[in-house]
Amino acid sequence: MANLTAPPRIDLQDLQLDDARALLKHDARNSEQEAGESPTDYLQRVIDGLCELSLKDPLTGLGNRRHFCSVLERSIESVARSGESVLLLLLDIDHFKSINDKHGHMAGDQVLQAVASCLAHCVRPMDTVARYGGEEFAIILPNCRPLFGRAVAERIRQTVASLSIPVAPLQNIQTTISIGGAYAPEWVRSTADLWIERADLQLYRAKSNGRDQIRLEQPQELSVSAEEKGLLFGNLDMNEMVALEAASGDTPPNAADKATNRVNA
Amino acid sequence: MNDLLTPTADSQDTAKVPLKPLGKVLAVTSGKGGVGKTFVSANLAAALVKRGYKVLVLDADLGLANLDVVLNLYPKITLHDVFTGKAKLEEAILPAPGGFSVLLAGSGMVEYSRLTTEVRNEFLRIISGLVPHYDVVLLDTGAGISDVVLFAVSLASEVLMVATPEPTSLTDAYATIKVLVGQQQRQTVRVIINQSARPGSGQAITHQLQQVLDRFVVTERPIRLIHMGDIPVDPEVRQAVMRRQLMMQTTPGCPAGLAISHIAGALEKSVIPKPT
Repeated sequence: MANLTAPPRIDLQDLQLDDARALLKHDARNSEQEAGESPTDYLQRVIDGLCELSLKDPLTGLGNRRHFCSVLERSIESVARSGESVLLLLLDIDHFKSINDKHGHMAGDQVLQAVASCLAHCVRPMDTVARYGGEEFAIILPNCRPLFGRAVAERIRQTVASLSIPVAPLQNIQTTISIGGAYAPEWVRSTADLWIERADLQLYRAKSNGRDQIRLEQPQELSVSAEEKGLLFGNLDMNEMVALEAASGDTPPNAADKATNRVNA
Repeated sequence: MNDLLTPTADSQDTAKVPLKPLGKVLAVTSGKGGVGKTFVSANLAAALVKRGYKVLVLDADLGLANLDVVLNLYPKITLHDVFTGKAKLEEAILPAPGGFSVLLAGSGMVEYSRLTTEVRNEFLRIISGLVPHYDVVLLDTGAGISDVVLFAVSLASEVLMVATPEPTSLTDAYATIKVLVGQQQRQTVRVIINQSARPGSGQAITHQLQQVLDRFVVTERPIRLIHMGDIPVDPEVRQAVMRRQLMMQTTPGCPAGLAISHIAGALEKSVIPKPT
């Protein structure tokens, strides 16, 4: 596929870049072609900027739902392949509507921003924090062992509860969050929908149990320990195994059926 | 019918739990592939037909259907066409050798092997539509513990776990039973040991599995494994599989055939009320 001819020249005059430039400018980015910057480099920069914008929540600066979903999909792949422990947390600001009602939407926005920045500071750089919608946030914690999940969630809950958020001169408010979490089932190719549903169920439980608390789904114990295996085979008659091999010959009865093998491999 | 389609978010911990199991739906599953799940499903269906039941086998191994290979049936209309709205449910049901009906997944179902809410609802709709027309619906599921398998199993009132006496098969069966107990609060799992080399070995294996479960799996209510029978190693099985014939039709009197008839009889006693 080597391209031997020179690539076609890009003439920026031919392109409608006004909207793209306006979007980038609005996000406080340099949207104009710089001196000495080639058209290709400039376009690449514009595209990169737009991609970044498309994944960001404008109010809080966190990842948006699109970003969250794509990270979640990728996590499922890695969990299915490696059995890595990945925790999904859904977090919801308690009684957010009453903040809006009492202090106005500007105050509501300030609370969202303060909580968002707090969440971003509570986690490791490898974690993904996103605004899932409204006053709901999501955090994906790769490589998070079940032992630590609760500690992380508890730290987040306490840190948010300790915030004093200025919403007007001489007026600070405090807020709490409820957290629900679920681990991706290890070694299993699950779906993002099901995973979110499971975390959401836990969030619902945290809410209905009085808010300002954490509920985590108990991770499934899928592996079979050496101790279990020992007991499983320890007392089994080894003659059974020998007889089985002798009776079935080199190939078990189904092995010759290629379709069965292919399907069940 | 409506309560079947609405998960009730009360009981335990996963989204798959709340589905209410349907009567008369039996899931045939296994921890490991290649242990003869589909062979058991098809031949058990034929044995149940002989006992007077109206039986349908549904290929619930959505992504990797092989019931068609075992039955040597390659229909134009499959479950895939029902899913995509191209055909009605009744058009996809066909008569199989052995006197039962079969609903084949079709190769296009691979794209549904990721379990979205739509796939789940469609699946529920199909099974709810089938149940009133049959005495028994057998779900020939995939192996192991993927979401699709666990979902298909969750639709069944009874689980038939097929395993061979090999250590790998038993380990995987054990792991799957643990998940079924944890996720679906199953209290009984029925065990069928295929390719058994010695009479009575299935009983011993089931007993052993039960002991390990009792010791390592802590639940509110105890899990009970019920040994349904052993299917012995039998050259007729291989013959039937190679010829793509249904063993219960060609050589029902062979040792494996008699064993499957016996299992059908045990099911009649314990699980499926005699059709009227």
